[in-house]
Amino acid sequence: MDFTLKIWRQEGPQAVGHMATYQVTDISDEMSFLEMIDVLNDQLVRSGDEPVAFDHDCREGICGMCSMFINGEAHGPNRLTTTCQLHMRSFKNGETITIEPWRAAAFPVIRDLVVDRSSMDRIIQSGGYVSVNTNGNTVDANALPIPKPAADEAFEAAVCIGCGACVATCKNASAMLFVAAKVSQLALLPQGQPERTARVEGMVEQMDLEGFGNCTNTGACEVECPMGISLDHIARMNRDYLTAKVANKG
Amino acid sequence: MAKSGLLSSSLAKKYAMAATGLFLCLFLVGHLVGNLQLFISGEAGREAFNVYAHFMVSNPAVKLLSYLTYLSILFHAVDGFVLTKLNRKARPVSYAVEKPSENSSWMSRNMMVLGTIMLVFIVVHMQNFWWQMHFGAMPIQVVDGVELHDLYTVVYAFFNPAESMALLSLALYVAAMFAVGFHLWHGFSSSFQSLGLRHAKYTPIIRFFGRAFAVVVPGLFAAVVVYIYLIQA
Ligand code: SF4
Ligand code: FES
Repeated sequence: MDFTLKIWRQEGPQAVGHMATYQVTDISDEMSFLEMIDVLNDQLVRSGDEPVAFDHDCREGICGMCSMFINGEAHGPNRLTTTCQLHMRSFKNGETITIEPWRAAAFPVIRDLVVDRSSMDRIIQSGGYVSVNTNGNTVDANALPIPKPAADEAFEAAVCIGCGACVATCKNASAMLFVAAKVSQLALLPQGQPERTARVEGMVEQMDLEGFGNCTNTGACEVECPMGISLDHIARMNRDYLTAKVANKG
Repeated sequence: MAKSGLLSSSLAKKYAMAATGLFLCLFLVGHLVGNLQLFISGEAGREAFNVYAHFMVSNPAVKLLSYLTYLSILFHAVDGFVLTKLNRKARPVSYAVEKPSENSSWMSRNMMVLGTIMLVFIVVHMQNFWWQMHFGAMPIQVVDGVELHDLYTVVYAFFNPAESMALLSLALYVAAMFAVGFHLWHGFSSSFQSLGLRHAKYTPIIRFFGRAFAVVVPGLFAAVVVYIYLIQA
C-alpha cells in the first residue's frame, strides 16, 4: 500500500511548527500504524533527515503512550483502539493521512508528535491514590469483601491507560473523562472511602490549575476513548464533588 | 488540600449552568401556558390572555419568579460566555483536520451559537412586547372594572399579515424557536449529567423527556404565532 502522509513537524517546544508531506510506499496492510511510521523514519534517516519524534512504549494497547491525532480523530478512525493497535488495513491504498499531536494548552508539544502529559501525573499526585500504612500490619486487599458489581465497575474505570485521547478529542480540551476514571476507580472501593472527599476536591482543583477546559457533555471523549471509559464516571465525579463541596467546612 | 471555593471551580460553573438552565425550562412552561391562550379567538381569548398577562405582572410570587428568571438568563449567558472563553484558551492551537461529527452531536458542539441566537431573540422579543407592556402606549381592556393592558390585541396586530413586517417577524420567531429546540435537545439531559444525576434506569427516560420537551415546547410557541398569522390572512 502507498500513502501520502501529512505530519506535524516542530523542532522544539518554542519552535514554530508546520505540516510536512511525505510519501511511503510498499506498506503491508498487516503493519500497525506505528510500524508504518517506523518505515517512514527509516527512510528519513537514510536520506539524512530528522526522523519524526513520536511517543510509544508497549505497542500492545496498554501503556497509553502512543498519542496521534490521525485524520481528525484521536488514535485514528477505529473505535476502542490505540494508535499502536491500529492497522494499515483500516486505510485505503493511496490515501492521504494527516497526523497531528494532541492539541491542548495542558499538553504542550515537546517535539513533532510528542507532547508533555505530565499535567495528568500532577492530577494523580493531587489525590488519585489511597494512603496505605506500611508498618508491617498491612491488610491484604483481598481480605476486604467487595460486592462484585462494585468491583466490576471500579475495574471498568481502572482500565484507563492515561493516554489523553479524551483531552485531545474534546472540543474544550477537557480532562474530565480521565480524571473521572481515576476518581471513580477508588470511589467505588472500600479502600478509597477515607480519602474520597479530599481526593475529588484535590484532583478537580489540579485539573483546573493545569488549564484543561470545561466539560460541556458533548460525549466525544467516551466515543474516542480506546478503553471505552463511560460518561457514568463523569457523573459520579460531578456528584462526589458537589457533595464534597456542600458538606465540607472550607 | 482543596482550596478553590465552590463557585470558582470548573465543576461549579457547570452546576450553575445546569441549575439555571433547568429553571429556565420551568419558565418556558409558564410562558407557554400563557401563550396557548392566544389560540382562543374573539373576546373570550382576549379576556383570558389579558387576565393571565395581568396576573403575571402583578402577582408578587410571580414577580419574584420573574426576577429569578432575569437573573437566571443573565447568569446562564455570562457563565456560558466565560466557559466558552476558557475552553478556547484550553486549546490554543487547533487541528488541521477534525472530524467532530464522528463522535458528538452538532447541538452539543454549538450550544454557544444557539444560546447567542436566543439571547438576541430575547432582547428583540422583550423590546417588542415586554417593553410595550410596561412602558409603551397600550390599548386597554376593562375586565370586571379592572383596566388591563390589551396585550392580546397587540400580539394579533404584530403578527397580522397586513402589517409589512409581520412575515419577517414570523420567520425570525420560528427560527428562534428552532434555536431553542436545538439548545434544549442537548441542554436538558446535559443538565442532569452536570449535576451528577445519571442512572442506568432513569437517564434514558430523562433523555427521552428532554428531547420531547425540546420538540414540543418550542413547537407550540411557534404554532401559536403561525396560527395567529394564518387566521388573519
Ligand atoms: S479516559 Fe480513555 S481516552 Fe482518557 S486517558 Fe483514559 S483511556 Fe485515554
Ligand atoms: S504504545 Fe502502549 S498503548 Fe500504544
